[in-house]
Amino acid sequence: MAAPPITPIVMPKWGLSMAEGKVVSWLVEEGTAITVGLPILEVETDKIANAVEAPDPGLLRRKLAMAGEVLPVKALLGVMAAPEVSNAEIDAYIAAYVVPAAAEGAEAEAGPAYLWAEVDGIRVRYARRGEEALGTPPVLFLHGFGGDLDNWLFNLDTVAASTPVIALDLPGHGQSDARLPGRAILADLAGFVLHFLDGLDVERVHVVGHSMGGAIAAQMALAAPQRVASLVLIATAGLGVEINTGYTEGFVAAATRRELKPAVEQLFADPTLVSRQMLDDLLKYKRLDGVSQVLAQLGAKLFGGGRQAEQPVAQLAGSTVPMTLVWGREDHIIPAAHAAHAPDGTKVQVLDGAGHMVMMEKAGDVNALILAQVKGSQAS
Amino acid sequence: MARKISMKQAINEALDQEMARDPSVIMMGEDIVGGAGGSGEMDAWGGVLGVTKGLYAKHGDRLLDTPLSESAYIGAAIGAAACGMRPVAELMFIDFMGVCFDQIYNQAAKFRYMFGGKAETPVVIRTMVGAGFRAAAQHSQMLTPLFTHIPGLKVVCPSTPYDTKGLLIQSIRDNDPVIFCEHKNLYGFEGEVPEGLYTIPFGEANVVREGKSVSIVTYGLMVHRALEAAVALAKEGIDAEIVDLRTLSPLDIDTVLESVEKTGHLVCVDEASPRCSIAADVSAQVVQAAFGALRGPIQMVTPPHTPVPFSPVLEDLYIPSPLQIVAAVKRSLAGGKH
Repeated sequence: MAAPPITPIVMPKWGLSMAEGKVVSWLVEEGTAITVGLPILEVETDKIANAVEAPDPGLLRRKLAMAGEVLPVKALLGVMAAPEVSNAEIDAYIAAYVVPAAAEGAEAEAGPAYLWAEVDGIRVRYARRGEEALGTPPVLFLHGFGGDLDNWLFNLDTVAASTPVIALDLPGHGQSDARLPGRAILADLAGFVLHFLDGLDVERVHVVGHSMGGAIAAQMALAAPQRVASLVLIATAGLGVEINTGYTEGFVAAATRRELKPAVEQLFADPTLVSRQMLDDLLKYKRLDGVSQVLAQLGAKLFGGGRQAEQPVAQLAGSTVPMTLVWGREDHIIPAAHAAHAPDGTKVQVLDGAGHMVMMEKAGDVNALILAQVKGSQAS
Repeated sequence: MARKISMKQAINEALDQEMARDPSVIMMGEDIVGGAGGSGEMDAWGGVLGVTKGLYAKHGDRLLDTPLSESAYIGAAIGAAACGMRPVAELMFIDFMGVCFDQIYNQAAKFRYMFGGKAETPVVIRTMVGAGFRAAAQHSQMLTPLFTHIPGLKVVCPSTPYDTKGLLIQSIRDNDPVIFCEHKNLYGFEGEVPEGLYTIPFGEANVVREGKSVSIVTYGLMVHRALEAAVALAKEGIDAEIVDLRTLSPLDIDTVLESVEKTGHLVCVDEASPRCSIAADVSAQVVQAAFGALRGPIQMVTPPHTPVPFSPVLEDLYIPSPLQIVAAVKRSLAGGKH
């Protein structure tokens, strides 16, 4: 018996809090041959808008969701099927489709969404997904300055479908304690992350780092190359001195939504992606006691005086750790030109139409690059 | 963040954490512990609706049960604040403020000014506001405009547990007298609240729903009525924006003006009596600053100018309803210039 010839396109689940999404518009017509990774339609959540991409190739036979419609996660948006599948068969498939809402709820309640660990006296929040397999290093995600593990909402689940992932809120960030390890230089932060992995009994990881998280990842590879299977550094710090401290200082100083919005808009090539919910979530974090001081202290250490103090990525020249660099061409925080300083042997990809948050704006491309790096280094 | 607690719990947690952090924070009020002079369990009551329950066990004599004399203990709290403490006085119902008005509006509100900027009065007066509790005319008023009228007082009236905790901590840390208004019909309302300490700055309204058709400006319980109205309006293609003022003094008129400049229509919803209300104040300021942006008449949704009725049927009719808000929005849109 042949595999089912019909592939559903469903409402994605981006991040733990997403329960429904709004269909903004279809990006392809019925009858289009879909290739893997092709943006099919645009969906908006209260946090951000993004394109739904094809998980499998096929022919788009039916668009079901209409622009403007708000639908639950896993609702059927459209149907792909081979040309030989009849319209009647597609009608029957659609009629029989049930949104697995109850199962989704039960699954969410079954296990804790986030986990907690205490590392060097600092309580950190983290998430762990995907099936653990002996001898397969998980992929560790490190967010940037002022970020948290939800910065990876378009990445974690996709990557976790192929290989186990771990993401944490760095000290002073997200819901982790508002304290910093040691003197808050990169060596202290990298050491903290390695201790975090010790606590989980994880010896070796692929590390995906964004911005400041990229510099921390590089520092880990310098300090403990045997524990880093590969690096994917996204809009990374530590590969040049320039940094837009107008952004970092504006972000730290902003106390209200009106002040924060122009700062956060600099993170994206498309500033309309900055939603009210995104700003509210950031303000909720920034208003916690101690966070402003921690961010100011960290900012002064890492890029005080308008220059990046440390260059660990540049120091990786000659390292045996394989590395991919990803940048958004319209990065207003750390210039994409820094990619030219990449050590020899690095795979470099600069993506058009994306800013500093390239892993959100071009999630499909970035996920493919992460998986290629992870699989490539596993094969070798 | 996934943790949900009620507004009542949010108040208790803010007081508990701030008392633990800062030894100068004390509490005074009627029955906030177990009743003055009472025998038996000292932590029996925790206030008339149990908001401070459990705090005596943790903070002991920093919670003072007072005699039934608002004028005495509100005066004592203001005096303690002037001498370096950070008292939080619980005055059961805002309706009882009248007996201690001299202490509040002629003393606490004026100290900074009368002493050449050298005196600070970091006192918080927590008090229940609002109708719908079947508590009759003397325990049900929304007297917020009485306090916004007086320079030197800050006035807060939150609508969610998250805002309540952050604004109460901000109130305690603020160096001016704050009237902190808690809507008694929101005490059971639950929402996500961080476990740690955080503050929300005064003078920052919250756009709780973004929309293009009309700006509904409100605060307290009425935020929830406006949200209900917005759901009904959306079904008719009317996309309402809702501004929750959160703090009434200082007032974030900039956010209101930005919203009205976008939508061209303003509906002010206020549970206070209509004359000289928050709704009237916001309406006047918008007319003064953004007359050119208005594309229809401003509408105010308030109770009638009458004491809160004791009859449950009449009390329910007295409080502004989502239906009245929907009707007001339609009046503003229908009266529009074309």
